[in-house]
Amino acid sequence: MATVSLKNLVKKYGSLEVVHAINLDVADREFVALVGPSGCGKSTTLRMIAGLEAISGGHIHIGDREVNNLPPRQRNISMVFQSYALYPHMTVAENMGFSLKIAGRSQDVIASAVADAAKTLGLEELLDRRPSQLSGGQRQRVAMGRAIVRHPDVFLFDEPLSNLDAKLRMQMRTEIKKLHAKVQSTVIYVTHDQVEAMTLADRIVIMRDGHIEQVGPPEEVFRRPATRFVAGFIGSPTMNLHDAVVGDSKLIFGNGDTLPLPAQFRDRVTAGQKVIFGLRPDDLYPTGHGIHSGEAAEVHAVEVPVSLTEPLGNETLVFAEFAGQDWISRMLNPKTLRSGDKVELSFDLSQSHLFDAQSEKSLRG
Amino acid sequence: MNENQTNRLKQQALKIGHLVGLFIAMAIICLPGLWIVLSSLRPTVEIMAKPPVWIPQSLSFDAYVAMFSGVGQGGIPVLDYFRNSIIISVTSTVIALAIGMAGGYAFARYQFRGKTAIFLGFMLTRTVPGIALSLPLFFVYAKLGIIDTHFGLIIAYVALNVPFTVWLIDGFFRQVPRDLAEAAQIDGCTRWQAFWQVEFPLARSGIASAGIFAFLISWNEFALASQLTRSTNSKTLPVGLLDYTAEFTIDWRGMCALAVVMIIPALTLTFIVQKHLVSGLTSGAVKG
Repeated sequence: MATVSLKNLVKKYGSLEVVHAINLDVADREFVALVGPSGCGKSTTLRMIAGLEAISGGHIHIGDREVNNLPPRQRNISMVFQSYALYPHMTVAENMGFSLKIAGRSQDVIASAVADAAKTLGLEELLDRRPSQLSGGQRQRVAMGRAIVRHPDVFLFDEPLSNLDAKLRMQMRTEIKKLHAKVQSTVIYVTHDQVEAMTLADRIVIMRDGHIEQVGPPEEVFRRPATRFVAGFIGSPTMNLHDAVVGDSKLIFGNGDTLPLPAQFRDRVTAGQKVIFGLRPDDLYPTGHGIHSGEAAEVHAVEVPVSLTEPLGNETLVFAEFAGQDWISRMLNPKTLRSGDKVELSFDLSQSHLFDAQSEKSLRG
Repeated sequence: MNENQTNRLKQQALKIGHLVGLFIAMAIICLPGLWIVLSSLRPTVEIMAKPPVWIPQSLSFDAYVAMFSGVGQGGIPVLDYFRNSIIISVTSTVIALAIGMAGGYAFARYQFRGKTAIFLGFMLTRTVPGIALSLPLFFVYAKLGIIDTHFGLIIAYVALNVPFTVWLIDGFFRQVPRDLAEAAQIDGCTRWQAFWQVEFPLARSGIASAGIFAFLISWNEFALASQLTRSTNSKTLPVGLLDYTAEFTIDWRGMCALAVVMIIPALTLTFIVQKHLVSGLTSGAVKG
C-alpha cells in the first residue's frame, strides 16, 4: 500500500493547459474522490497518475518512488475503466488472471488468486463466461476483480459506475465501499456524481477548469464550501445562491427584499459589498417542517408565494418566490401545498453562507 | 377474407418472391464458374457449338491429363507456374499484411502531421490502373535486371496491396476500443505486448480478410505479370493461360482446365480463413 502525491502537476495539449499545477497528497489506505463537471481535468489527472497520459510538468510520487516517466506497468497500480475494458476474447477467469500471467506467475498461483478475488466479489459462477455473456453489473465486478487480483499499491477508478442504471449504481456503490474496507488500499476515484463522491470517499477533491477548488472530508465540503462553485456543486438539491448587497445589518437583494445579515458574517463584510448569499434547501423550510425546526438559533421567517412543488413521498421540494427569485426549500412531513399558495418560509441564517461576488470565495474565514 | 389472412398471404408471397430473387442472383453469380468447370470436361466442338449445348454429351478428364503430361504432348509446365504463383502470392501477401498492420495501426491509433493527406495519397495510388504502370515498370525492372524474377513480381504486388491492406486494417483497429490496450498496459504489458495480447487477437478477423483479398489480388493478377515475366522462372498461373493460345487456335478446354486448377487453391484458402471472418468478437468489451 502506498501514498500518492502530486506536486505542481501540469498537463498541456499543445499550448492548451488543461491541468494547472495542482497539488494533492493522498494518504496510505485513503479513499479520495476527484469530482467535478466534465472537462474539469479530473480524468486527465487520474490518467497521469496511471501513466496513460504523459505529464507536462510537476511530479508524481507513488510511495517513495517518483513515477513521472515510468510506464503504467511499472507503477503497480490497477485501474477500473468507465467502459470496463474487459478483454472480450478471454473468459472472466482469464481476464482476472491476465496481469499475473503477464508477470509470469505459475498456473497454480494464478488460479488461486483468481479464485480468491472471485469469492470476494461473488463471481465464482461466472469464471468460464465471456464478457459478452455478462450483464453490466457483472462486467463491472469482473473489472474490479481484475484490479484486486494483483494487489496493487493504488486503485484508480475512472467513473466506474456511470454506465449502470440508477439502482445498480447504488448497489455497486455499496460493494465498492465494502471492497475498500476489505482490501484496505489507497483508492483514487473519479466521478462527476457528487453523491457517489460524498458516500464513498474519506476526502473529496473538487476540481474545476483544471484547478482544485477544495479538498476535504465530505462533511466539511458540504458544511463549509470554500467557494461558490463548491457550494453549488455539492449537495442535492443544489444550494440556493443569490446575489445580494450588504446593507446596514441586512442583505439587500435585487428587488429590494431584505434578510437580516447573519451574525457570523457581521464582522467580515462591509456595507456596500457585493456578495452571494447561499442557503441549502435543508435550512430553508416551511415553518414547522424543517430538519432543525425548534432548535435553530437564528431563524428569520417570511411569507412567500409557492411557485411549484415536487412531492418525493417522505418530503416535498417547495419552490417559492422570494426577492424576485426561485428558492428551493425542503419540507419534511409534507403538507399539501399548491402553486400560488402562501407559505411561511423559515430561513435558518445560522447555516447560511456568504461568498464574495468578485472572488467567489467564502467569507466565513 | 379478414385482414390477418390477407397479411399472412402477403408475407408468404413476399417470401417466395425473395427466394426466387435470390435464386436468380446466385445463378448469375455461379453460372460462369460452373461453365468453366463444365467446359474443362467437354470436347472443343461442344464448347464452340452454336446454339450452345447446355447438357454435356460426353465428359472426360483429357484436358487435365494432357496438362500434366509434359511439353510436346499438349502439356504446359503447370507445376512450375503453380510453384511461382504460390511463392509470389504468399510472400507478397505476408509482406503486405505486415506493412498493412503496422500502417493500419498507426493510422488508427496515432495522430501525426499530414495523416489525412498520406492516407488519401495511399488511396489515390489505387486509382491508377495496373496496366498503365506496366510499361514504366518494365523499363525500371529491365534496368534493375529484375525482369522474370520472383522478387520483381513480389514487390510489384506488395505495392499494389499495401494501400488496400492499410485501409482495411485501419478500420478494424479503429473498432478495438482504446481502453483495452490501456487496460493491458496497466495489467503489466509493454506497448508491444498489449498489441499482441489484446489488440491483435481482436482485429484478427479483419486482418484475415485483408489477407484473403491481398492473396486473391496477387493470385489472379494478369496484366503486370504478363509483362514482367518471361519463362518458367517466374511465370504465374494466369500468365500460363496464354500457353493455350497458338497462332491460329485457342485450346479453350485446356484453358478452362487450368482455370479450374487456379480456382481450387483460392477457394480452399478462402474456405479455411472464412471461419476467422466472424465479426462481433469485440462485443462485450465495453459498455453495451
